[in-house]
Amino acid sequence: MAVLVVAEHDNSELYDVTLHAVSAALKMGGPVEMLVAGSGCAAVAEACAKTADVERVLVADDPAYQHPLPENLAPLIVELAGSYSHVVAAATTFGKNVMPRVSALLDVSQISEISDVISEDTYERPIYAGNALARVQSSDSIKVVTVRTTKFDAASTEGGSAAVEKVDAAPPGGGARFVEQNLSESDRPELTSARIVVSGGRGVGSAEDFQMIEHLAATLNAAVGASRAAVDAGYVPNDYQVGQTGKVVAPDLYIAVGISGAIQHLAGMKDSKVIAAINSDEEAPIFQVADYGLVADLFEAVPKLTEALK
Amino acid sequence: MKILVGVKRVLDPYVRAYVKPDGSGVDLSNAKMSMNPFDEIAVEQAVRLKEAGVAEEVIAVSIGPAKSEETIRTALAMGADRGVLVESEPDLEPLAVAKILKQVVEDESVQLVLLGKQAIDDDCNQTGQSLAALLGWPQGTFASGVELADDKAKVVREIDGGLETIELDLPAVVTVDLRLNEPRHASLPNIMKAKKKQVDKKAAADLGLDLAPRMKVLHVSEPEARQEGVRVGSVEELVDKLKNEAKVI
Repeated sequence: MAVLVVAEHDNSELYDVTLHAVSAALKMGGPVEMLVAGSGCAAVAEACAKTADVERVLVADDPAYQHPLPENLAPLIVELAGSYSHVVAAATTFGKNVMPRVSALLDVSQISEISDVISEDTYERPIYAGNALARVQSSDSIKVVTVRTTKFDAASTEGGSAAVEKVDAAPPGGGARFVEQNLSESDRPELTSARIVVSGGRGVGSAEDFQMIEHLAATLNAAVGASRAAVDAGYVPNDYQVGQTGKVVAPDLYIAVGISGAIQHLAGMKDSKVIAAINSDEEAPIFQVADYGLVADLFEAVPKLTEALK
Repeated sequence: MKILVGVKRVLDPYVRAYVKPDGSGVDLSNAKMSMNPFDEIAVEQAVRLKEAGVAEEVIAVSIGPAKSEETIRTALAMGADRGVLVESEPDLEPLAVAKILKQVVEDESVQLVLLGKQAIDDDCNQTGQSLAALLGWPQGTFASGVELADDKAKVVREIDGGLETIELDLPAVVTVDLRLNEPRHASLPNIMKAKKKQVDKKAAADLGLDLAPRMKVLHVSEPEARQEGVRVGSVEELVDKLKNEAKVI
């Protein structure tokens, strides 16, 4: 049986996170198909069809799917799920919102945020904020799975030539209406897919001084992140947050500035390939995971670093 | 209206999780246990809605071993009116928890369920969404703002790119995120008062629900530890290492 990957998109673009979910799905056994539920989403379906190793794309184009309301999406996915061995999505706020609704309606236990596929029914997933790894085996007939995207490479956006087929919309669940979206505007790369991330912590001191982090990030064409402490202190919005309760990132280079390294922050970045830390406290736990540690006053070191990298 | 708040007893968030040597799970014997931090935010929100005159009664429910009563008492000390303890095996899967919660919601005729967005032990992030599905109710997950008026809930949600606002018809399930509020500490008099509040107890096994696990935990292990690297003495040295040794810039 085939594996169905639920595409995440804004009706014009397929989000990268889904490409990582496709890679995970390819390890689950059967051929991989994708579902695009949206409104005026033909371009997304086209992108899915081009994705390497995807064999079929189902498109439900209907005003009910203009916004990704789980009340409307879950009935559609449930209707289709019977023909699949697995239903997969990225463990983003989209996937986390929709998929447990699907699994409950199917009366199966979702396997949340897997970090590895061991076999078609066995997976590894982090628990306790990544302080332990559980290997779990599912006995459900349909496996509903969300995928930690940093643990799987992105599938190639070229090489596929999947057939695109229309499917009918399902009766919407109703009871929920979209009001508005306020997305953070930034010229910087997206946090979870950036090659370099520069993050600031409470040590940065204020929203004004956080500009220093932004400048360094701009110089490196990096995304900007923050610790929960910096978010709680109001220096930056919450969608900057890296950690157990924020985003999980695994860039090639993670530069932690003024971040002490609480367990919950480490949970969100310790899979980065290279970690550099700048902190004035030489005892800061961040140094225990850093490849390169610089004990320095960050108000001197960061502008100097920015200058050196220009 | 009546509000139901779910509270889970978990390993204290400031205590390190140790994996048992036999790989059967995380060692919780003698470990300090607390209310799941996201659930504290849910309790706080429910109590504030009561204080604002929007809710008449706040019921705190916990599902788990007998000691989960302590977690309910914490919620009562924060201002919940009464408790329901559904005694069960530890480590029920979220699907089973959602089935039990559905039963409690129907028994108590509540109009709003407030839950933490995830528990910090299994990190599943499923229960609220699954409960909403089983009830056929709308859901507002990862809430950083909740306003109730005219049988509707306006929920501001923390999504990956920023914020999303949705409107839900009540009854509904709302799961809460960190920035919704700052939970209060219970005062000593309130902790004393909480001891006298009513807690109804029932057994999960008596509810006639299919709570059988669908997943087998084969093995739990410690993740590979990251090696501590080197200290550099200057910004220049750092740039040199990143360029020439790590080759990442």
